[in-house]
Amino acid sequence: MKLLTHNMLTSKCLKGVTVGYPLGIVAKDIKVSEVDFNSEFIARIIPKLDWATLWKAAESIGHVGELPQTLIQDFETNEEFLKKVHHVLLEVEVINGDLLCPESGRKFPINDGIPNMLLNEDEV
Amino acid sequence: MASIQLRKLEEYLQQLDGFEKPKVLLEQYCTSAHIASHMLYCAQVQFNDIEGHTVADLGCGCGILSLGAKILGASHVIGFEIDSDALKIQSQNFSEMELFVEAVQCDILQYLPGRFEKYFDTVIMNPPFGTKHNAGTDIKFLEIATKLASNTVYSLHKTSTRNYVLQKAAQYGAKGKVIAELRYDLPKAYKFHRKTSVDIQVDFIRFELN
Ligand SMILES: C[S@@+](CC[C@H](N)C(=O)[O-])C[C@H]1O[C@@H](n2cnc3c(N)ncnc32)[C@H](O)[C@@H]1O
Repeated sequence: MKLLTHNMLTSKCLKGVTVGYPLGIVAKDIKVSEVDFNSEFIARIIPKLDWATLWKAAESIGHVGELPQTLIQDFETNEEFLKKVHHVLLEVEVINGDLLCPESGRKFPINDGIPNMLLNEDEV
Repeated sequence: MASIQLRKLEEYLQQLDGFEKPKVLLEQYCTSAHIASHMLYCAQVQFNDIEGHTVADLGCGCGILSLGAKILGASHVIGFEIDSDALKIQSQNFSEMELFVEAVQCDILQYLPGRFEKYFDTVIMNPPFGTKHNAGTDIKFLEIATKLASNTVYSLHKTSTRNYVLQKAAQYGAKGKVIAELRYDLPKAYKFHRKTSVDIQVDFIRFELN
């Protein structure tokens, strides 16, 4: 699971959970690999992100690097900044661990890089 | 322009493994490499909907559509799939290709409504058509797809339900256009079919969101 995907996941589907966002991350295995950089794509995806969630997630797994805590202005043209975002969004990957519902504490396991958001019948 | 030829794409996709023990209830049959490559190639070359785009694959199974989208240059692909066994095969398929596609395990009908809205540029899928017990699953997938996508949805539907599908899509704010009619070979795994396989007519439809 990349942090780009984490940014979108919630546990709102659980019975009794009202926001379910952002999910905490307990990372047991993290992989960092090189991914081709496409500045246009990163610039286009940033407005869709919850920046605070991205920053916190990256920090919590020890990969925040030099990412600023608040989104800078004019990021579209700032190649260096876009590269940092690219790294955090696409190059850092949680292979094994858990996602945690912020309200109920329910764990969603991440195995082999795949978060499992399936629910039991009594949870919906 | 696509960076590789159609024939090459089909060759790549042919190497992928399919379902080991297809689960009939989940309607697990793979899109053939032939159909998958033509769908994706068309989406890229005619409409420029793949390269540099975010793509979702609903019911990604063993990952043939996701991987094809990735090969054609999609920037970020997420496959959504309910079944662990399918996801295992998908992981194996991807590791052999050294290409990266994300996956989220979930029940699409339960988990996706209200999430990832308009997050993806393009959604591609070969949805379960629905059987006697769960008629209209493809329509439910389509409704979700139209919420996830900001530009286009590519999907397969039975030709016999074409008018209904297009009408439903219009309700969801998507204008559908049939791009090709295919003969689709539903495999022998389907025990309730007496013949070893049955050909059905399937439409390949491109839905444009306004
Ligand atoms: C017709 S197969 C297509 C598989 C693959 N996309 C392909 O093109 O080869 C439909 C897939 O949807 C999955 N599926 C069915 N119902 C689902 C649901 N409610 N949530 C998530 N996936 C589902 C099945 O497990 C199966 O892999």
